[in-house]
Amino acid sequence: MAAIELRNVHKSFGKIHAVAGLDLEIPAGICLGLLGPNGAGKSTTMRLLTAQAIADQGSLRVLGYELPREGKEARAKMGVVPQLDNLDVDVTVEDNLRIFARLYRVRDVPAAVDRALARARLTERRGDAVDELSGGMRRRMLIARGLVHDPELILLDEPTVGLDPQIRTEVWSLIDGLRTAGKTILMSTHYIEEAERLADEVALMSEGRIVDRGDPKQLVAKHAGAETAEVYGPPERLLQARAEAEAAGLFVRPAGPAIAIVGSESSTNGAIPADAVRRPASLEDVFVKLTGEELE
Amino acid sequence: MRRLEPAAISGVMSREAANFRTFWQSTVFSSTVEPVIYLLAFGLGLGATLVDRVDGLDYVEFVGTGMVATAVIFSSALPAMFGTFVKHRFQHTYDAILAAPVDVEELVTAEMLWIGIRAGVFGTFPLLVTMIFGLDPRWGMLAVPFFALVTALGFAGFGIAVAATLPKIDQFSYVTTLVVTPLFLLAGTFFPIDQLPEWAQVAAQFNPLHQLVVLVRNASIFGFEPTDLLRLGVLIAFSLVMWRVAIARMTERLID
Repeated sequence: MAAIELRNVHKSFGKIHAVAGLDLEIPAGICLGLLGPNGAGKSTTMRLLTAQAIADQGSLRVLGYELPREGKEARAKMGVVPQLDNLDVDVTVEDNLRIFARLYRVRDVPAAVDRALARARLTERRGDAVDELSGGMRRRMLIARGLVHDPELILLDEPTVGLDPQIRTEVWSLIDGLRTAGKTILMSTHYIEEAERLADEVALMSEGRIVDRGDPKQLVAKHAGAETAEVYGPPERLLQARAEAEAAGLFVRPAGPAIAIVGSESSTNGAIPADAVRRPASLEDVFVKLTGEELE
Repeated sequence: MRRLEPAAISGVMSREAANFRTFWQSTVFSSTVEPVIYLLAFGLGLGATLVDRVDGLDYVEFVGTGMVATAVIFSSALPAMFGTFVKHRFQHTYDAILAAPVDVEELVTAEMLWIGIRAGVFGTFPLLVTMIFGLDPRWGMLAVPFFALVTALGFAGFGIAVAATLPKIDQFSYVTTLVVTPLFLLAGTFFPIDQLPEWAQVAAQFNPLHQLVVLVRNASIFGFEPTDLLRLGVLIAFSLVMWRVAIARMTERLID
């Protein structure tokens, strides 16, 4: 049985079609990265999975429970780590965890709280108010709160958005530990590196639907080949390089101050300038090629 | 899972209790000192200069017993309005709770119960203060926390519904000015309702706070009457209606 099964799911907010015919099946035991830019429908998908949003059309099953009818049953077995920090800041670390252990009907609350504190490496700070924690500690705490009942399925909504690089690495190592432990994880992100490092499979989401999914390396090989060439220079030179590459049948996209020629290894007729900087093709190349949209 | 599970309701209430432990001193301080100030100002000030006795009572006893209703509305409707709005819009607390196996009906019920219990306790403070000013204790006073609780539940539901309906916190001033203030002034706390024009007397019968004031005075001074059952029924009906309205409004607000 798949942990998550979404079939032809639609959800609109007024004229905005946030989720538009989404099909997504996630087998148990994998970490799937839902990769897409802001507005792709990732957060709406997360809310649909907790029955905090009700689909206009389509069927949703989570851990065998039909949503929204059996939403409470499904939520009892899943842990949610939200994008926004919504901890109770005046309450102690320990009490924050104890409250959620009770909400999740955990039988041995003290043991669950101890486990969560150890997982977040906050045992020493258990008696401190959340307000006294650093940014990284708070994010670890948010993850620990979502795991206090040892859920089968974990939803991570943009787990490192807005964090500085050092804290991001800390959170990655925590998520990697969960993946290694065999938990089923659905992680929405718009960071390429996060998806590449942590996800067993990546689903590329754009305008409310999945455009392709698979192992990150295989997706890159399938859509972007082995290599991308970046050409730098004044605008007129970039225009000329672009025209030549496109004439040779290559996909070209803007890449900051440069242009990126995707699949450059296949060009043998001089379509790539000699001074181009060659690098391995990336998931970002794939995403832009398939959707025409840029990720951050 | 069943509807209205006690574990979900007590879990949400435990969150409120944990937060309350961080600020209870200031709330208890204002709930105790405020009735003392009112009693000094109205009971002793007005009572000593302009009004001697009202409805056969010393004015301080008249105001002191009526102040229960004032304490109830101010410790239920206002915290429900502002607390709900802040938890929803600024702290995103409800997103976290609703990601757990808790539904909107349980969330609203727990919030109403917590506010109701708190207001039920705070509602008795003016009565205790009035006893210091000379009100004799009576067995009937033991029913006052229950009357205060039932009324506070209704006003908690009212406050939650307001918070779920109004888009901006600034707009709460319309509600306090046009609803809360008239309700507590027309409750019979500071002056008897029977001296008002006919229409105002009829309107007061629909004011839950007026029913509470009469119940509290009967419990504390005059003794219960058969019609008090009807008054209690009105308060229970008010709370039940507000409970369902609050759930409906919050469902619309919290579930996309």
